[in-house]
Amino acid sequence: MAGSVAGHGDVVGQLQYLDVQKLTCIRGQRVLFRDLGFRVDAGQVLSLEGPNGAGKTSLLRVLAGLLPAAGGTVALVFGSESETDADERARKVAWLGHNDAAKPQLTPREMLAFFARLYGTRADVDAALGAVGLAKLADLACGYLSAGQKKRLALARLKVAERPVWLLDEPLSSLDADGRKRALDLINAHIMFGGIVVAATHEALGVASQRLSLGAPA
Amino acid sequence: MIGALLLRDMRLATRAGGSAALALAFFAAVATLVPLGVGADLRLLMRIASGVLWVAAVLAALLSLDRLFQADFEDGSLDVIALAPLSLETVAATKIAAHWLTTGLPLTLLSPLLGVMFGLPPRAIAVLTLSLAIGTPAVSALGAIGAGLTMSIRRGGLILPLLVLPLLAPAVIFGAGAVQAALDGLSSGALLFLAAFAVATTLLSPFAAGAAVRLNLAG
Repeated sequence: MAGSVAGHGDVVGQLQYLDVQKLTCIRGQRVLFRDLGFRVDAGQVLSLEGPNGAGKTSLLRVLAGLLPAAGGTVALVFGSESETDADERARKVAWLGHNDAAKPQLTPREMLAFFARLYGTRADVDAALGAVGLAKLADLACGYLSAGQKKRLALARLKVAERPVWLLDEPLSSLDADGRKRALDLINAHIMFGGIVVAATHEALGVASQRLSLGAPA
Repeated sequence: MIGALLLRDMRLATRAGGSAALALAFFAAVATLVPLGVGADLRLLMRIASGVLWVAAVLAALLSLDRLFQADFEDGSLDVIALAPLSLETVAATKIAAHWLTTGLPLTLLSPLLGVMFGLPPRAIAVLTLSLAIGTPAVSALGAIGAGLTMSIRRGGLILPLLVLPLLAPAVIFGAGAVQAALDGLSSGALLFLAAFAVATTLLSPFAAGAAVRLNLAG
């Protein structure tokens, strides 16, 4: 990959902002949130807060286009174009869920190489492993990794996905102090280049961010 | 992108703890156990060989099919894969291909050996192998629909055969029937019917399986 600065700029492209209007989400018979509206500009972090069951994960899934909303719109605005279609939006986001998607039989290097090829990027897998401190474990099967190390691998996946919008569900859970610092470095680098980060979290992220509190479950 | 997914699924199936060797061992074990139960009547074994081997092959393939989407669904991989620039239909087609290459194809290649064990004449063995080569893609394809439907059910592996086995009856009938006809020295159109069935199901199943996965992801 050419210089990482130029590379990262290409990733973000003309991203301007994420605009959410009148978003409603119903799971089962329960309304998780109704008429939710917010806007996140390029280069900003939004942290989602709220008690368990408030709908943080569901909101992230709706933003990713994985879960259809019961009402409202989500638009990703690039230059003069606005992507409102869920399938189109799915091609612009990188996802870190509460499951780590680590296959016990594969090594971290194989996992990241797979995700890079799956997403059609030419990302530097070794650089991503180095950024999360897994360089020495690159060829050890993921089955031997601890929960924190798997979380680091998931963070490295964000880097190789090369997507402008990061949706993170509890990105700091099970990480040690060094892991947290590396996670925050990645997030800071991403927003510095004009990316958007939306993170559901129970603890302060440690980066300047807007906050959105989702209500208690009804 | 498709190549990456195909390679990964084949790696997962063939590495330690993967399903490929398991299916093959199951197939061989069932085929070995039946003569022990039926007795050493070679004429009888020859008559039932095609039915036993076809049923064993279908069950062996189904053994690993329930995890086709479920494993990726449970560990979060499917969310990440769903965000890739591939449609879920393409993902399903790729997974079907990987499953066939690691299960259906090895079963087909092992079947001549088991045919010999059942005392099948060379011509019948050739037809048996050909029928499995044609028919096993349909097993992987139809099984993928069931796998997509049951991926979020905890004991989905028990429901999957109930959903899929009735749909696979034509493959067993035509596949085993072709071998029977060859044993009797008759010409039959069974292989052609089997081929038609396999082509139709293999082409259409990815759409149904993709839709089932989409439904479950959003559920």
